[in-house]
Amino acid sequence: MAFRRFVSHKAAVISCVILGLLTLLVVFAPFTARYGVNESVQVPPNSFLTPRANAWLGTDDIGRDLYSRLVYGVRVSLIIGLLSALISVTIGSLVGAVAGFRGGKFDDIMMRITDLFLAFPFLVTLLIVRNVLGAIPWIKPITGEMNSIRFIILLFSIFGWMGVARIVRGQVLSLKEREYIEAARAVGASRRYIIRRHLLPNSIGPIMVALTFSVVGAITGESTLAFFGYGPQAGDGATSLGNLVGAAKGAVQTGFWWLAVFPCLMLVIIALSVNFIGDALRDATDTQLDRGN
Amino acid sequence: MAEKILQIRNLRVTFDTPFGQVFAVRGVDLDVEESELLGVVGESGSGKSVTFLAAIGLLSSRARVTGSVVLQGEELIGKSPQQMRSVRGRLMSMIFQDPLSALNPVHRVGKQIVEMLQSHQNLTSKQAATRAVELLDLVGIPQPEQRSSQYPHEFSGGMRQRVVIAIAIANNPKLLIADEPTTALDVTVQAQILEVIKRVQQQIGTAVVLITHDLGVIARVADRVDVMYAGRNIEQGSIESLYDHPSHPYTRGLLASIPQPGKDRLTPIRGFPPNMMAPPSGCAFRTRCEFAEPTCEVDIPELRIFNDLQTACLRAQELPNFRVRQ
Amino acid sequence: MIRYILRRLAWALPTMLIVTFLVYVALRIGTNPVESYKRSNPRVTPEKIQQYIDINGLNPNYVLGYFRWLNNFLTGNWPRSIKGSREVWPALKDAMANTLRLGIAATVVGVFFGLIFGLLASLRPGGRRDIAINTGAFVGISIPPYISAILLQLLFAVYWQRWFGSSLFPTSGVYPAGHTGFDLFLMLKFMALPTIVVAIQIIATYSRYLRASLLDVLNSDYMRTARSKGISERRVLIHHGMRNALIPIVTVAAIDFGSIVGGLIISENIFSYPGMGLYFLKSFGDGDFPLLMPWMVIIVASILIFNLVADLSYAWLDPRIRRE
Repeated sequence: MAFRRFVSHKAAVISCVILGLLTLLVVFAPFTARYGVNESVQVPPNSFLTPRANAWLGTDDIGRDLYSRLVYGVRVSLIIGLLSALISVTIGSLVGAVAGFRGGKFDDIMMRITDLFLAFPFLVTLLIVRNVLGAIPWIKPITGEMNSIRFIILLFSIFGWMGVARIVRGQVLSLKEREYIEAARAVGASRRYIIRRHLLPNSIGPIMVALTFSVVGAITGESTLAFFGYGPQAGDGATSLGNLVGAAKGAVQTGFWWLAVFPCLMLVIIALSVNFIGDALRDATDTQLDRGN
Repeated sequence: MAEKILQIRNLRVTFDTPFGQVFAVRGVDLDVEESELLGVVGESGSGKSVTFLAAIGLLSSRARVTGSVVLQGEELIGKSPQQMRSVRGRLMSMIFQDPLSALNPVHRVGKQIVEMLQSHQNLTSKQAATRAVELLDLVGIPQPEQRSSQYPHEFSGGMRQRVVIAIAIANNPKLLIADEPTTALDVTVQAQILEVIKRVQQQIGTAVVLITHDLGVIARVADRVDVMYAGRNIEQGSIESLYDHPSHPYTRGLLASIPQPGKDRLTPIRGFPPNMMAPPSGCAFRTRCEFAEPTCEVDIPELRIFNDLQTACLRAQELPNFRVRQ
Repeated sequence: MIRYILRRLAWALPTMLIVTFLVYVALRIGTNPVESYKRSNPRVTPEKIQQYIDINGLNPNYVLGYFRWLNNFLTGNWPRSIKGSREVWPALKDAMANTLRLGIAATVVGVFFGLIFGLLASLRPGGRRDIAINTGAFVGISIPPYISAILLQLLFAVYWQRWFGSSLFPTSGVYPAGHTGFDLFLMLKFMALPTIVVAIQIIATYSRYLRASLLDVLNSDYMRTARSKGISERRVLIHHGMRNALIPIVTVAAIDFGSIVGGLIISENIFSYPGMGLYFLKSFGDGDFPLLMPWMVIIVASILIFNLVADLSYAWLDPRIRRE
């Protein structure tokens, strides 16, 4: 039922195809990219070439192929998005389930904290938390340098779990009152058992939806950071889509449109596809619709 | 014979859904006479609500309506939405099942009545407000003046249904359609609401159509009864005749399945109502009927007069006399 | 009602203290104000540094330091910025005025068009118009503000100039360089692009909110009651539908405040619009503690006020809440 509804969502199916192709393109980057990340198209390097046969999407300020850089950039960004989404969904589901199920002080404190973070402008919190994390010496062995990919992933995990926790908590709160949970409690099932066997499995839909939205959040968030010069250090295997979008800012006034348009377009396509999938997942797993039809 | 307010002839309503067509109403013939109280009975899905929603023009655009509905000599089917609007609320109005959600929660009760008054009559705000209080008084709401400036959530379910009635009768309509008005209410409140409807009918001379699945409700207030099954009306007549000697096997089954004191077993009708996406050929009730014959599969029975009832059954004359089994 | 407001205000004060304390600690750890001061003023004397620590409440003990800072802040004894030793209030005041103007313009435009699109979409759910609006809103949500800013800038400033000789909209500042005095038309022209960037986001979110909430409302029984009265479809929608559909939207509006400010920050940065966003990014980059703290106080206060206003309008819209 849920699968059929998902498939009937045309935009989501198209998005799946697009993301699938992108993933293939990116996984086989050494073959699909035409040049290395930092390799120039011509020797001696020829900067700011317009799109042409030997550089499909043009070249940048030091003559590197934009297409190849995009392929590698998307690879890094997808890794950032997926990893930090996985971490934040794991933490968020657990915290949300426990908070929703136990209620009381733990719930209050958790929700106060997330309220506080969500009320603040995202960029402000992001920058401050980033700096705080970078300034505490004993965290450094875990997070690595402030401009490393690892740091970025952990940073977005810290932000991502809160949204997930809220969604899961809401779901658990509404499930808690259902008869089958009461029945499980009546026959003496332990809390841990109820959370593991009943609440989390039945929250899978909302969790999946939250997962897709945290992927988008991390990918666009990374670009935002990079755009303002707080992103990961570009380099071999670390040049992210955000770096390329950040470079677009400088290309605008000089009129090198391809440097601005293509990275931006790529980011929008990824964000849009994942959003569509998330939306379709939400529709498909909404149990209220099941009862209606 | 009294004048006929509403004449429905061969009314058909079909819904287009993604899964196919649903034949909700399949040829209904029905008259409502002036100032009478007509009960319309049937199971859920029998098309009783849809028939009257079609008559008042409140069906969604997915519904295809054919046939004829004549209100006071005026044909309603085929009227433009604008023309239907001037009929709705003025000549004919409707009240619905759930009083808890039928009123807009953000507007004062009095204002909701005033809106109804002012959209069909030229009244100043003051006149309309005075009239609204009178109407609340008429439907039996104590302290109508204060109550009219309160919000729906400050009223109990029964009181809200009274407000809904007050809205519906605000413009002295010729016809009031009450769709399961008591189903959502407590039994004691049900009786009060029926009382209000009966009183309104007598005081302002409105004809009332009371749609319900509850034969007990009908027995209490109706003058005439119309029984519907699978999108058609299968029997109609005066309340006395119908309860005394029903002809149609379905009506008999309905009456036999009413719980009664002293009767230790219920006699349910066997089987299930038909799927309205593919209704059976011939008489729709034949699959559940103990008197069905091969001929029942062929012809759709029309309403015919028999024993001062109108009955749509091919075998009406051959059936044994009805007796509620004790 | 008044008691409710008073109770909310009484709560706002401790919240304000706790949050500003947290911000104070975070900024001290995150931006290291003393180091930043030394970095900006390499030849500064130890006495000056001590003076800087005193007036900013940068004691080693965070709690004592916070109250020190709070005392100075409340008595109007504000420290000067570390870069160029400027007074903070005039800079902050100007930034606030500029941002308020931009924010209000974007909110008005955004909410207006957002609600209209949402209404149009929900009239015939699943229809062609609905699909078009919904997809458009989805695209709008998926485009981060800096991307729409870059693309708008590329189109209306750089390429417009190339194609037509002059740019349609200026891309930076509030007025052209050297301009003095007030000129409404010029100001609006300079505001156009940054406003559009923020408004796109608001339009996209609000059209989706309203559509969802209206669809809920349109299926409710009281809408059928309203239709059965024989009043015009427009009156049914606006009088009965919109009023109810707005109730849930008001609650999300308060949450959206943060994202609108976020959009403003980004938009201001790209269009070099001298508002709160540019102010923040600059002073954050410099680690300018004296500039940052008052900015934070204003943001926290606006969040609290916004929440209060949202709650009050919620109560105003929904009579069921009012009684409590």
